Amino acid sequence: MSTSDEALKSPAAKRHIHAERLREFWHYFSENNGAVAGLGIVILLVLLAVFADVVAPHSPIQQYRDHFLTPPVWMEGGSWEFILGTDAVGRDMLSRLIHGARYSLYVGAIVIAIAFSAGISLGLIAGFFRGTVETLIARTMDIILAFPAILLALVLVTILGPSLTNAMIAVSVVVLPHFVRLTRASVVSESSRDYVTSARVAGARLPRLMFITVLPNCMAPLIVQATLSFSNAILEAAALGFLGQGAQPPTPEWGAMLADSREFITRAWWVVTFPGLAILITVLAINLFGDGLRDALDPKMKRS
Amino acid sequence: MFRFFVTKLGQLIPTFLGITLLAFAFIRLLPGDPVTLLAGERGVTPERHAELMVLLGFDKPIWQQYLNYIGQVLQGDLGNSLVTRQPVLQEFFTLFPATLELSLCAMLLATILGLPAGVIAAVKRGSWFDHTLMGVALTGYSMPIFWWALILIILFSTPPLAWTPVSGRIDILYYFNQPTGFMLIDSLLSGEKGAFRSALSHLILPAIVLGTIPLAVIARQTRSAMLEVLGEDYVRTARAKGLAPWRIVGLHALRNALIPVITVIGLSVGVLLGGAILTETIFAWPGIGKWMLDSIARRDYPSVQGGLLLIAGIVMVVNIAVELLYGLINPRIRHRR
Repeated sequence: MSTSDEALKSPAAKRHIHAERLREFWHYFSENNGAVAGLGIVILLVLLAVFADVVAPHSPIQQYRDHFLTPPVWMEGGSWEFILGTDAVGRDMLSRLIHGARYSLYVGAIVIAIAFSAGISLGLIAGFFRGTVETLIARTMDIILAFPAILLALVLVTILGPSLTNAMIAVSVVVLPHFVRLTRASVVSESSRDYVTSARVAGARLPRLMFITVLPNCMAPLIVQATLSFSNAILEAAALGFLGQGAQPPTPEWGAMLADSREFITRAWWVVTFPGLAILITVLAINLFGDGLRDALDPKMKRS
Repeated sequence: MFRFFVTKLGQLIPTFLGITLLAFAFIRLLPGDPVTLLAGERGVTPERHAELMVLLGFDKPIWQQYLNYIGQVLQGDLGNSLVTRQPVLQEFFTLFPATLELSLCAMLLATILGLPAGVIAAVKRGSWFDHTLMGVALTGYSMPIFWWALILIILFSTPPLAWTPVSGRIDILYYFNQPTGFMLIDSLLSGEKGAFRSALSHLILPAIVLGTIPLAVIARQTRSAMLEVLGEDYVRTARAKGLAPWRIVGLHALRNALIPVITVIGLSVGVLLGGAILTETIFAWPGIGKWMLDSIARRDYPSVQGGLLLIAGIVMVVNIAVELLYGLINPRIRHRR
């Protein structure tokens, strides 16, 4: 008995278990073509964002005074110099879109980092200290959820002042309740399990119980929620940018680019079409990936 | 049953207090003191400023100010708009029917299309229809609706098609009384030729835009609820009895699958009102979404504060109503502690 325990604890065995789990995960995940495609697009977007300076043919803020509203290359009047055309002040659309990937992914990553860590902490606290603390946290989350997300984000940005940073803070607050609720619910259902009782009897202190015993067993739905919130955060931040309350010009953020393009809707379809298409493709790819992740991480949930 | 109602309604009170607290805090958290904010662009002399601070009660301790605010809210006094000098409550409910009409039409569209699509996808699971529909639904779910609105305008409102107008609720040619506040109904009642057609053509694009995300959600939810129900024993029994397939799907399965779907529909009020801010702004639809955004832009803070409170209040009441209804249909929820 004790020898097998020892064997299980050796680093090599642990690595083996991890590798085995990863392989099992990939087996389920790769069955879903959409999910694999989503993952591929996400990786491509990350690479574009990281190497934007190298990949983009022009600077995203350089204004070419002789090329206002140049159409894309395949249209009459287009040129290979500006493949997707230029905007109203002569900036290269393609370069702005590539640089825009940076902002969207950055927003998503920061928002999730904040909401994930804060949400898990609050959820653990609510799940472990029942009673007043739990009620207080649960009611606060109810209140946040009572407001339409975009409205609450708008109001927070009004208080903080319009900028990309403040938009990220506002969106973090808006997506926070989902993490808190999910963590609390899993903690409550896990806490009554035998392994938690045995850890408690063995004398594990609260932090250990919270983070080492219980939390890892609540992770699967949280990871799925994180991907779905990632795409939500990108959408909300783009909406704020569109309403002029997020990233400020001349930042090549996709939502803000759309806001600038509105007056050229009848004259230059490309300045309207491409930024939104970029948002749609990014969000769709992340959602496809998230759906696949959900099916693979939790085969009980919706194997359909 | 009574107990269930009372506990549910009891939960409203802390949430309501929280919402008022947030609305109350809003004006005080803005940079600058409230009187300067309320005075707006014109500004006030220092003497008048001090006078107003006392007059409006901003010199009192903060908890007393909050109690006063709750008192005013309960009496239906949400202050006056800085721009129009009208009571905020009155402004809100003048504009609310426009948003309600748009939201109802969007939801109707989403349900009429989403429900059958979800049912067919579940019945023909794994078919090309199922795959296509799920792809389309996920795309709709991922849609930045403010961009979707612009694309629809490019396609249908600008030449060569130019089928629909891009702003407002009806052509300015028409002028008639609005007893219901719903343009579609009022235009019919007015008896003016072409009025209904004009109202409908103004409504159609915003309704499609606002309905897109609910449509995707309803289709996905219906499909997964149907799949679950179709695997149940009673469906197998019905099949074994030799019932016609449409009877099994329509009578036995759909009725049970509808419960979660109805919940989803009810709980989308928040999504609709949020979407209304973007949709109404793009289509210049004179509802509360556009009004909220305009109020923020005009620094009309009492309006923003009042609107915040009313919108959250509406979402809260509808959500509770859905839960009560759900408890009424499903006794298992009612008796769960």
